[in-house]
Amino acid sequence: MLTLSTATYDAIVAHARRDHPDEACGVVAGPVGSDRPLRLIEMLNAARSPTFYEFDSADLLQLYKQMDANDEEPVVVYHSHTATEAYPSRTDINLASEPNAHYVLVSTREPESVEFRSFRIVDSVVTEEPVEVLASLE
Amino acid sequence: MAVEVKIPTILRTYTDGAKTVPGDGANLSALLDDLESRHSGLKGRLVTEDGSLHRFVNVYVNDEDVRFTGSLDTKLADGDSVTILPAVAGGSC
Repeated sequence: MLTLSTATYDAIVAHARRDHPDEACGVVAGPVGSDRPLRLIEMLNAARSPTFYEFDSADLLQLYKQMDANDEEPVVVYHSHTATEAYPSRTDINLASEPNAHYVLVSTREPESVEFRSFRIVDSVVTEEPVEVLASLE
Repeated sequence: MAVEVKIPTILRTYTDGAKTVPGDGANLSALLDDLESRHSGLKGRLVTEDGSLHRFVNVYVNDEDVRFTGSLDTKLADGDSVTILPAVAGGSC
């Protein structure tokens, strides 16, 4: 199960809406081993595409150096699908590289409603998990 | 050229869980061969069958993405820091 705060949930959805129709992407870092997504980092989609996302390579290095320095890991890796359902595509599955992360997919295809779903992607096996949104993780 | 190599979580199965391993090589290609001699299977996750760096693997030498410095031919010096990071990428198509 993914447990995150209302503020983090809202920020991810707002980022996805803001970048629509391009895909939005980012990370929520947390202390190593805690499974607590506390620090949201919006990343630029270097592909600037409605069907693809990729973190800029220099940004990626800075992100991991910063997480390392803070004893953090990527608890959540999120991105949006802007015309399709919030489910990992073949590309998402092939490129998933954080076996410990919750992969959050947000679909912005409907302007009035949002789909927000979370998955584990390990060795190309996708497992959906419940999402619990709490007022605070403190 | 003795260098330090940072290994990402997903590849630590090849390094007995180590986050950092020592390596040696005059350039990146030689370094990967050296690592392969102790961490069998690692090179195949980084380099394609035709011998080029995987599109979705990023390698940095002292914070420089090697795509801009000669890829596998990037020269190494004693004390360099090499970081391997899988791309974070995907998309609906």
